[in-house]
This record gives sequence, C-alpha cells and structure tokens, in this order.
Amino acid sequence: MATKASRSAARLMMAPAVVLLLGWMLVPLIMTLWFSFTKYLPMRGDSIANGLDWVGFENYGRFVTSSSFWPSVQTTLIIVGGVLVITVVLGILLAILLDQPMWGQGVVRIFVIAPFFVMPTVSALVWKNMFMDPVNGLLAHIWKFFGATPVEWLSQASLPSLIMIVSWQWLPFATLILLTAIQSLDSEQLEAAEMDGAPVLKRFWYIVLPHLSRAVTIVILIQTIFLLSIFAEIFVTTGGAFGTKTLSYLIFQRVLESQNIGLGSAGGVYAIILANIVAIFLMRIVGKNLDA
Amino acid sequence: MARSVTPKRKMVNTMAAWAVGLLIFFPILWTILTSFKTEAQAINDPPLFLFFDWTLENYSVVQERSDYMRFLWNSVILAGGSTLLGIIVAVPAAWSMAFVPSKRTKDILLWMLSTKMLPAVGVLYPIYLLFIQLGLLDTRAGLTIVLMLINLPIIVWMLYTYFREIPGEILEAARMDGAGLKEEILYVLTPMAIPGIASTVLLNFILAWNEAFWTLNLTAAKAAPLTAFIASYSSPEGLFYAKLSAASTMAIAPILVLGWFSQKQLVRGLTFGAVK
Repeated sequence: MATKASRSAARLMMAPAVVLLLGWMLVPLIMTLWFSFTKYLPMRGDSIANGLDWVGFENYGRFVTSSSFWPSVQTTLIIVGGVLVITVVLGILLAILLDQPMWGQGVVRIFVIAPFFVMPTVSALVWKNMFMDPVNGLLAHIWKFFGATPVEWLSQASLPSLIMIVSWQWLPFATLILLTAIQSLDSEQLEAAEMDGAPVLKRFWYIVLPHLSRAVTIVILIQTIFLLSIFAEIFVTTGGAFGTKTLSYLIFQRVLESQNIGLGSAGGVYAIILANIVAIFLMRIVGKNLDA
Repeated sequence: MARSVTPKRKMVNTMAAWAVGLLIFFPILWTILTSFKTEAQAINDPPLFLFFDWTLENYSVVQERSDYMRFLWNSVILAGGSTLLGIIVAVPAAWSMAFVPSKRTKDILLWMLSTKMLPAVGVLYPIYLLFIQLGLLDTRAGLTIVLMLINLPIIVWMLYTYFREIPGEILEAARMDGAGLKEEILYVLTPMAIPGIASTVLLNFILAWNEAFWTLNLTAAKAAPLTAFIASYSSPEGLFYAKLSAASTMAIAPILVLGWFSQKQLVRGLTFGAVK
C-alpha cells in the first residue's frame, strides 16, 4: 500500500511533532546538564552572559552529601511505596466489587472515578483545611465526638496524611484500569472453577490475580512515574516542611527558592536518571503490546 | 457479565459498592455542600450535613474578590489552546504512523512516550530561563505551548491507537469505487476518525486543565489559571472554608462533567494503549 511518494509524505507529516518534541527534550536537557557542571548562583551575579565557572562533578557530590539528600530519598520512597500499596490493593478489591452485578453500577463508577478529575491544588487544599485541620476539620470533629484529642495531621502525621491525600487522587486510576482488565477475564473459567468447588480465595489467587498481573504492572509503572514528581500536593499542604520533602521537591527548592542552579541541576540529572530506570520497564511492556 | 446471582447477593453487592463509592466521593460532596453554607455554619460542631440555610453568597464573594472570571478564562484558553494546537500537530503524525508504518514507527512512538517521562523539575530552570529570555513568563502563549508539549506524546499515542483500528480494506474499497484522494480523506477516513479525535480532545483538555506544576511555576498574575487561583487560598485568612469550597466547586465542576464522558478514554489514554 505504501509507495515511495507516500513514504516521504508520511515523513513530512510526522516532522512537526518529532521536531517539537525533540526540541522540548534536548534543549532543556542539555542546559540542565551544562548547569550541573557549573557554579551558577544568579543571586550572586552569576549569569550565562558573563560565563559560568566549570566545577566538574562538585555539584553532584555536594547534592548527595548534603544533609537533606538521604531524608528526601527516604521520603520519596515512603510516599511512592505507600501510595502504590494502597492504590493497588484497594484498587483490586474495588475493581472486583464493581465488577459484581448490582443496581446503579454506572453511578457508583462515577463516584469512584471522580477524585481523579479534581485538580491537585483543590484536593490538597480541601483535605488540608476541611478534613485535616486540627481545630475545624471534619476529622477533628469526629475525633472529638469519640472523646479523643484531634490529631494535627499535617505536622504530627505528615507522611501518612500526604499518602492518604495522594492515594485518594490515584485510587480511581488504578481501579479503572484494573476494572477494565477484570472485565476481559473469561467468566466461564471462573464458573468452571466454582463448580469444581474451588473456594473464593483460591479462585482469586489462582485465576483473577494472575490475569491481573499485567495490568497491575502497568498501574505500578505509570503511577511511579507520576508519583516521583508530585508537586502541588506538597506545595500547598506542608511546603516541604515536617519531613515531606521529596527528591523532586528538594530540587525545586534548590532551583527556585535558594536559586542554586548548579546544585539543583545536578539533582535534576539524578531525578531524570531515576525516572528513566522506571521508564525502561514501562516501555518494554508498551513496546511488546505494539507488536501484537 | 451474564452471571446469574440471587437477589440477596445482588442486594449485598449494591449496598457494599454504594457505601464504598459514597465514601470515596464524600470529600467532593462535602466541598460542594460547604460551598452553600455560611462561614459560621461551615465550621459548626457538630458538622451540618443537609439542614442548614442554603446560600449562594460565597459564589458572589469569590467572584468579586478575586476576579475569578479572569482565572477561569485563562484556564479555558490554556487547556483549549494547548489541546487544539496539540491536535493540529498530532493528527498528521499519528495518521502517517497508522497508515504508512515503517520500521521506525515503533521506535518513534516509544521515544515520544519517553519524553513524557522526563521529570519536570529536572528541566525547570532551563525552561524558566528561556521563558524570561523570550518574554514568555506569565503569558498565556508561553504556557499554552508548554502544556501542548507535555501532552503531545499522549495525544499522538491516543490518536495512533484509534487510527490503527480503522481497517485499511475500507480505503481499497473506496478506491475501487473510484474515490480520489480528496474524497477518500473527506468522506471515508474523516468520519471514521472523528470519534477518536473527540475522545483525545476531551482527555487532553482535562489533563491540561488540571496541570499543576508548570501553571504554578511559570505564571504570576496575568496568565494564572484556576490551579494557581486555588493555590492562593493556601494561606488562610480568617474564616474561609465556605469561600474555599465555592472556589473549588467552580474550578472542578466543568471537569467533573467532562470527566464523566471520558471514563473509557481515560484508560486508553493513560496506559498508552497497553490496556484497552
């Protein structure tokens, strides 16, 4: 079907998208790489026009030896891991529940998916003020009702609170994808197992879960990529205080708040490498799917 | 789906699912309810659920105080403009990849996907600097371009997966019937591609509307959309729950409605066709 003429036409049609994305990727990436090897403090008069001092790998060394580096790695791992565990486990359970015959399935689906459409700044602020506020928040009212002392969620239990907020945002995504996967499961297989007397848990463990493994992998990979760079949720709740500074938030602070571009860029390069490690696995799965 | 169950079991399913669904939806419901309360009622202990004096006051206060319409307009322009631009760039690309695939098509698609995974914070300063140099900081034009670029991989991918489902035989049949290239595109392909394009537009409008990294970091006053408007409520001033709720409700309502239409596309768009 493809002739020589249509091939070159095809190339021409692809060109704008490819050129734009190539520019979007390469220009800032090269600049970040360059800055990461220089001393670049705009507040102290360093600028590209005056020439930046080359400092080799100094920024890379300083970024990982700074006292906030390891805590930020730990925070990142706890948040990403926590949200992944919660969304995947609850997502599987919810998907199974939503797959059952019931009345008003469409409405329930909308309820469950809705949080995904709430903009991050809104969900963070609503949770912070109307639910987690230690004086007027709804959770404080509930705690008082049971005679307990209200918790100062975002300072005393900052990480669990943040995980809770982010999980609420991402649970719909996990549920929706897992539900799509469950619906493609051959129900005859389950019925056959049921007739053979396989108990519910065994049916789940040996039939449903293996069927879901690919979807679960995809949920984990995609969420990891997005979760590594959550920003607005931290920005409007704690501003990075109370041990909620993730790796990407630390880089944001180095770059925009303390204006140490060299150091922040070195951190940026670390973040890019980290994201790429996850991305490689995701691309393998997606790539395989393209061949099929 | 055709499994037959006892009415009793269906009842149990229904109750469990509704309970869980309402629990998940509750923060949104609570925000909407609070937006109709007075500030005093909003923090009342015990919390007021339905029985309070419903008022629309907060909505007018928010609009007067913060020039809400300008933020809303910015959101519409940014989300709409970036989606439109993205579609214009992506349709030809996805089209040629779906209908004239070459050995490199797969590599190009995967490479595009990889650009989406570049952590924004890693390139924040270069973009910031370029924006200052080009005079794009806090402009709608600048932000529209950035939002277009971050969503372009998703747009190309979604369109590609839709276009690939259009059978090539139909083109051959049209040609046999004597259709020229123009008729082919106008009467055969376009009608079949419209639903896919519409779904793509919908999902990307939502993603651009909710984007909250670049919109917070590259805007100040002029080009700030609703994400930034809401973030300005993060330093509380006196009683503000009802006003915060009204502002939030206005910011999320249009997207909740659009989102309802886009449930199915969401899966395809965000998993890059890996789950359908």
